Amino acid sequence: MSKPSKIIARNLNFHYGEKQAIKNLNLEISANEIFALFGPANSGTTTFFRALTRLCDLDPHTKVEGQILLDGKDIRDADVSVTELRRKIGMVFEEPTALPMSIFDNIAYGLRLSGIKDKNLLKERVETALKLTVLWEEVKDRLDTPALRLSGGQQQRLCIARTLAMSPDIIVLDRPCAALDPISTLKIEESLQLLKNQFTIIIIPHSIQQAGRISDKAGFMLYGEMIETGPTRELFTNPKDQRTNDYITGRFG
Amino acid sequence: MQIRPTTTEKIAKFIIWTISILVVLLLFFIVTFILIKGIPTLTWEFLTQNPASSGREGGILSTIVSTLLVTMVAIIVATPFGVGTAFYLTEFTHESKATRIIRFSAESLAAIPSIVYGLFGFIFFVIFLKLGWSVLSGGLTMAVMILPTIIRTSEEAILSVPAQYREVSFSLGGSKWQTITTAVLPSAFPGIATGVILGIGRCVAETAAVILTAGSSIHMPNSFFDPARTMAVHFYIMAREGISMERAYGTAALLVIIIFFINLMANMIVNRFVAKSR
Repeated sequence: MSKPSKIIARNLNFHYGEKQAIKNLNLEISANEIFALFGPANSGTTTFFRALTRLCDLDPHTKVEGQILLDGKDIRDADVSVTELRRKIGMVFEEPTALPMSIFDNIAYGLRLSGIKDKNLLKERVETALKLTVLWEEVKDRLDTPALRLSGGQQQRLCIARTLAMSPDIIVLDRPCAALDPISTLKIEESLQLLKNQFTIIIIPHSIQQAGRISDKAGFMLYGEMIETGPTRELFTNPKDQRTNDYITGRFG
Repeated sequence: MQIRPTTTEKIAKFIIWTISILVVLLLFFIVTFILIKGIPTLTWEFLTQNPASSGREGGILSTIVSTLLVTMVAIIVATPFGVGTAFYLTEFTHESKATRIIRFSAESLAAIPSIVYGLFGFIFFVIFLKLGWSVLSGGLTMAVMILPTIIRTSEEAILSVPAQYREVSFSLGGSKWQTITTAVLPSAFPGIATGVILGIGRCVAETAAVILTAGSSIHMPNSFFDPARTMAVHFYIMAREGISMERAYGTAALLVIIIFFINLMANMIVNRFVAKSR
């Protein structure tokens, strides 16, 4: 039996001013799996994340048409609280974005924004989040030191932990390992495997290899169009579309 | 003939060094000159007594207090307006005709000579609003005068906060206000503080605008509605009217020392703030 779809995009079109970044996208993503959304630059992957988290609302030059359903409810309905939505869909950015404050304050940042003040609860949530990203052992003795002193890989895991601390339903990661070394990348990929039991994960991988390594399902986008989606193994071994085949085999891109 | 790149570099280095040394020497000369002339006058009595017989005798306590009061009024009024305007320009609007007009106005305001502000303050605060020559008129005039400085420096500080910080806050469900107070303001704070401190420096040092709006009463002001004489004005009158060069230098020396400490303190605040987060 197939799992119910967590996210459904229907006839999604996205414009930055004159430029159309997503063309008639249809996509279904199930809960508790890792979905890799991949494609070359300007293929619309990051744009899809911005539409999904509604971070695109911050830019008045964007226009979204069509539907994105989260658990069957359109995220752009008038009665949807955008802050609630963003707490449900945690986003991790390409560049590690530790804030200039202590490690603890970084993880507690979103929790405090949501109004949690209880110190013990904060401590508990921070610890859990850091353990989920396997960062706890490395930083437990220096939680009050500035997060900017951590290495790039540690900072990125901190950012993932900060997102996890909010207990989101879905985690979207935009090339989280693009700026990291292979060892840090491996650590992040390992923790993502553990996390998929609790969360739905959508990742824009920085390489095709990463998509192949970690995802259960994948979708290939090209110039704003979804070319093909399917289980990662099928997509990689037996792509239906010639363009997918060309991209995966390195004939372009 | 072609000059070798290494020779060019040597010449350039020499010129740049000479210029820097000249500037430092000039500054050093001015400060030492004032301090040497003024410090002998700076006795405990000079600092703690009010001036007597038009400043020929006594100290400068009332002028120190007046300076502090005028500066305080100016900072309390100008900081919220200045920082608020900066946040409006950077966070709440997108580039438009309106923002360009506001920015252009702020820049133009910064270039107006202080005596013009004095005249404006005199006509508007002293006469039209019937505040008379007072600490309040002087402080409000100075507030208008330092507003552009605070707007510009705050704006630069806010713009230099990485856009990612804002995105992090928004992506974690932060509201606009939360984003500004928790993600932008802490990082922009040192820059904003620098602007406010520059403003304090200008208030402490200003003469022309203050003499026309706060007056030059030598007495200790008892309220914000009393006329007052700031240190810079006192210095000016002492020297201009030939009352006592010695006392003029004493006042000047104290002014220099105060400004030095304001800058030192500002640096310390900013450094501590930055050190805590990095």
